[in-house]
Amino acid sequence: MTATTSSMQAVSTERRRSRSIRWSVIVRSIVVTLVTAFLAFLFLLPFFNMVFTSLKTTAQMMQPGAPVWPAIPGVFEYEGKELELYLVPMEDGSVRELAIVRKGRQQSTFIDPDHPEAGEIEWSGSWRALQRPWQLHPAWGNYREAWEKIDFPILFRNTLAIALIGLTGTVISSTLVAYGFARFRFPGRGFLFTLLLSTIFLPAAVTIVPTYAFFVAINWVGTWLPLTVPHFFSNAYNVFLLRQYMMTIPREIDEAAQMDGANPFRILISILLPQCAPVVLAVALFHLVFAWNDYFGPLLYLSTRFDLQPIAVALPRFNNLYGSNPPLIQAASLMAMALPVLLFFFAQRVFMQGVVITGVEK
Amino acid sequence: MSVISKAASPPGPRTRTGGSRALARREAMWGYLFISPFILGLLAFTLIPTVATFVMSFTNFNLSGAGTQFVGVSNYQRLFRDPQVWSSLLVTVRFAAIALPVGLILPFGLAVLLNSESLRAKGLFRTLFYFPYIVPFVAAIFVWGALLNSETGWINQFLRWVGVANPPNWLNSTVWIYPALVILGLWGIGNAMLIFLASLQGVPTELYDAAKIDGAGWWGQMFNVTLPMISPVIFYNLTLSLIGLFQYFTVPLVLNQGTGAPGGATMFYNLYLYKTFFTYQNMAYGATMAWLLFVIILAVTLVLFQTAKYWVYYAAETR
Repeated sequence: MTATTSSMQAVSTERRRSRSIRWSVIVRSIVVTLVTAFLAFLFLLPFFNMVFTSLKTTAQMMQPGAPVWPAIPGVFEYEGKELELYLVPMEDGSVRELAIVRKGRQQSTFIDPDHPEAGEIEWSGSWRALQRPWQLHPAWGNYREAWEKIDFPILFRNTLAIALIGLTGTVISSTLVAYGFARFRFPGRGFLFTLLLSTIFLPAAVTIVPTYAFFVAINWVGTWLPLTVPHFFSNAYNVFLLRQYMMTIPREIDEAAQMDGANPFRILISILLPQCAPVVLAVALFHLVFAWNDYFGPLLYLSTRFDLQPIAVALPRFNNLYGSNPPLIQAASLMAMALPVLLFFFAQRVFMQGVVITGVEK
Repeated sequence: MSVISKAASPPGPRTRTGGSRALARREAMWGYLFISPFILGLLAFTLIPTVATFVMSFTNFNLSGAGTQFVGVSNYQRLFRDPQVWSSLLVTVRFAAIALPVGLILPFGLAVLLNSESLRAKGLFRTLFYFPYIVPFVAAIFVWGALLNSETGWINQFLRWVGVANPPNWLNSTVWIYPALVILGLWGIGNAMLIFLASLQGVPTELYDAAKIDGAGWWGQMFNVTLPMISPVIFYNLTLSLIGLFQYFTVPLVLNQGTGAPGGATMFYNLYLYKTFFTYQNMAYGATMAWLLFVIILAVTLVLFQTAKYWVYYAAETR
């Protein structure tokens, strides 16, 4: 920097001021970030509770004063026997963690697990009044038990099959409908598109009674058909999302293909679809999440067919049977949410982009 | 301009020759062909059932289908005399009065926080606040339900720790059940938050610069720039939340097996509707109840749309 002394001074005060501004910016940013992190922690606290509970033993659930993390009362293995650990207050005022060898009403015998060779320690008092130390002990077996009792493989198969059939249906039909609205002119197009979007606002309750009666009449109740076939007739959110995306793709290439004599189906499959891949993926994920979450549909149509039910309906049934065993319920809840949550983390950008387009642009 | 006619017609003003008309007809035919799944679905799953609901409400239709007759307005007479209808509507309104503001203000506040210039790791926080939305609500009920347990739940343990002698018996109190249901639904706010966040990011920064020059502080910018600019999104979320809240019932259905416990406080209108047509298999009365719900939702939505012109600001509506 080439400058006179006075301007050098001006620059240095300027720099000092900008440094103090920068400091206040940094402090603000630390405070805001910490507050947000704390809120996120609170928001996700139920997850920790779920994970911890799912790894606890039922004994720990019933024990007052037990820690929040999965643990069992401490034991010490000594000469082939499991000795219970106790927190023993000693005469000098310290509390030692000792293993009980012989229990007596007025007097008990302990050994020090750190120095078993030091010999037995006699202690006067009631051992029943003593607290026990807790040792970290995740009961992984809860997951196996929940897995078997809820019959998770069958539920997973059912949920996945219902989701994938419906996914295929909605991806194909919504793509076709979106293509029709995005690339072709026909009388009534604007009106029909408005009609499509207005179905988002139509309360589902108004169609449910005749729809249910109809599926009863054609003997579809007790099958997957009522949960899958309607998705082959497109869906307003998905059509909107795909159409918005298709409108951003320049027409020059489809026009060139058109000149070369390609029919509209070919243009859709070989030109538009490859470019729409991220949105198609978003639509597929939306449907998967929807199907995993759907409770009312399977409840109506599969209430008597336990063998065909997806996990959302089976979980409350499982809760009614094993409500007294919270670790099993929490383990099963975790299994029920595992797949959609994992998929979301793999494709979160695509997913959230889709939400934004359907939510903001309409 | 569409693909086919543009490729076919000569440059300049379009001439209505026989050839271009045939091409336009061909294009329209392709268009109708592609949107036909939507048309069929609209007929089969929306229009016909809606009309059928209306017609059924004037009959004594049942699932056997035998001996169905028109019974005039007797279903409606029963509806208006049914005390359960009115108490369940009241339950629905009472819950909506809490859930609606919470369901709008909380995601909005969170979006404002996540949009703050001072926040680091925005992407991470956005993901963390959004992802519980992915969790199936049935699983979320059991996860949050454990937290709300009046004896062992973390929420009451915390309240006791800060000195609340008798923390609420959330799930078994006819008063506290409503906030408890709102808490059970907290993981669902991610979607609205994300939509608010995107709309906040879409507000042009020039407007804030101009407001700052005019001396507007944080609140001034919020009320004079942010809220008007994103009012269409608020309106969209408000409308969909209201429609959803009028139909709310799956959470209490899972929570209490649809018994309406405690003391009928969770006998929501839609739950009563579900029990009427599914549990008691009373199709005609169910259709009548559904039609009443539809009329109420329609009326509320129309009122909402009427108010829109006073507070919803459409800046440059291009469509």
